Amino acid sequence: MTAVGNLTHEPVEGDRFTITSEGTGDTWEIVVGLEVHCELATATKLFCGCPNHFGAEPNTNVCPVCLGLPGSLPVLNQNVVELAMRLGRALHCTVEPSVFARKNYFYPDMPKDYQVSQYDQPINVDGWLDLPDGTRVGIERAHIEEDTGKNTHAGGSGRIHGADYSLVDYNRAGVPLVEIVGRPHIRHPEQAKAYIDELRAILLATGASDAKMEEGSLRVDANVSVRRVGDATLGTRCEIKNLNSLRSLGRAIEYEARRQVDLLESGERVHQETRHWDEAAGRTRPGRSKEEAEDYRYFQEPDLVPLEPSAEWVAAVDAALPVLPAERRARLAEAAGVDPTETAVVVAVQRDLDSLALAAIGAGGDGRRVLTHVEHNLAVEGAESLDPAHFAQLVTMEVAGQLTATQAKAVLTDMVATGKAPDAIAAERGFEAMDTSQLEGIIDGIIAESPQEWAEFCGGDDKRRGKLQGFFVGKVMKATKGQADGKAVNAVLEARRAAAG
Amino acid sequence: MSDRLTRDDVAKVAHLARLELTDAELDTYTEQLGAVLDHAADVAALDLADVPPTAHPLPLVNVLRDDVVAACLDREEVLAQAPAVEDGRFRVPAILGEEP
Ligand SMILES: [Zn+2]
Repeated sequence: MTAVGNLTHEPVEGDRFTITSEGTGDTWEIVVGLEVHCELATATKLFCGCPNHFGAEPNTNVCPVCLGLPGSLPVLNQNVVELAMRLGRALHCTVEPSVFARKNYFYPDMPKDYQVSQYDQPINVDGWLDLPDGTRVGIERAHIEEDTGKNTHAGGSGRIHGADYSLVDYNRAGVPLVEIVGRPHIRHPEQAKAYIDELRAILLATGASDAKMEEGSLRVDANVSVRRVGDATLGTRCEIKNLNSLRSLGRAIEYEARRQVDLLESGERVHQETRHWDEAAGRTRPGRSKEEAEDYRYFQEPDLVPLEPSAEWVAAVDAALPVLPAERRARLAEAAGVDPTETAVVVAVQRDLDSLALAAIGAGGDGRRVLTHVEHNLAVEGAESLDPAHFAQLVTMEVAGQLTATQAKAVLTDMVATGKAPDAIAAERGFEAMDTSQLEGIIDGIIAESPQEWAEFCGGDDKRRGKLQGFFVGKVMKATKGQADGKAVNAVLEARRAAAG
Repeated sequence: MSDRLTRDDVAKVAHLARLELTDAELDTYTEQLGAVLDHAADVAALDLADVPPTAHPLPLVNVLRDDVVAACLDREEVLAQAPAVEDGRFRVPAILGEEP
């Protein structure tokens, strides 16, 4: 990895995850940078015409190039460049002239004994990714490299340590990857998970990758360090590998941060090393000590010429970029008149219901209520085919007091299931707006039945009053079989109390 | 003899390349590689501020192919050359502590 240059984009701090020591009382914060490898969704491998296909019979997608047989020559796949640039531009990177290098090492996962990667001149540099919480995480680079073959450790324990021998399948050797190197701007395990979620959404939207963590087409390593809050310099970091799910990622970061704080608090040092996450044991363990970059003896790949995408190609990539999640959140938030970091906005985009919500708001539906339904009541199949005009009509009926929140939810469920209009469903279900005088009559009756509670409600302290408010609302709901509007009930109770006082 | 490279440096590089060298070979290569580095130092001493770095001797960029599937090798043929095979895979000795 190249040295981290000056930050060009300052991170906007979201919530920090801090650890306060019981011993010294010092407060520590975590600093995380993520490195993500993702397999590109091409038809063929990076440098040969073998299929890029997960799950084929072992060693059936191989040829002289990806087996490193003498005399074979690599030729770069144009679609790899296209997809890498799409991802890079979606991450606000600059596309630079780039070259390929050989990373030399002896391990049976690469038959050539080197991996072709971009080293000191990567294709995409210096971008950023905005998280839903508003944090901007810098992207140092997003470069192209080839994947390795797959080793299966046999005999012994089945793990690498204690294995008697290994079996190697080269179907994955030479599959195109982009490695996205994030800057250490993450301060919370939840932010790390949100970063991967957001990156995955971008990979899917751009068609660059299918981004399946469980199939290994998206793999995450986390560089974790800690420092006392207020310290400007970064602590010594450890690189955590073997993170197979978002859950593992969050747990591993928290575990590793606590381990480092314990070390530092007891006067020891953190050793820069690679550590492996053990999900079952819930801890990290030291792996192989990291080789010096010079041990890889990087040098330019003599069989490949430089890559210099033209300005026209980059412009064409830009023009074809889809609307990205951050932009979709901004559009929806603006239409609804809310903040783009609101959970309902984030959820609407995640569930691909933002265009429905926008259309409903455009048809006159109240933005806040539309979002509330999307967040809480539309996590159901078929929600995306809801008629936006019907959705707007439902929300308008609710705002006008013709339906309570509970009734509106029931009507919405029927709308998704049947496609009928909300007024028709409300009539079928017998949901009729209770007029105010009817409600007042019911409430007055209840007050008369409970003089003791009413006196306390009128004269008691806030806590007691809050309790009795629940008592009276419950009685009204019981009397009306839940059809009364909670807001209207509270308003009548308040008016009666003011009159009594 | 160059002082840019020690015998230990050569031994380390030989190990990284999994080459087993005799003492005599270590001496020979230390001298020969030293001469190469001396030559590189001669070039480095020139004022090349206005010369763009050469990434490749060929005056070519963007040699690309279409993303079209081509025929693969037959697996039996591929595995026939391997010293050991199991379950359609290459069987290799266990290697500890060298995972990249
Ligand atoms: Zn191939």
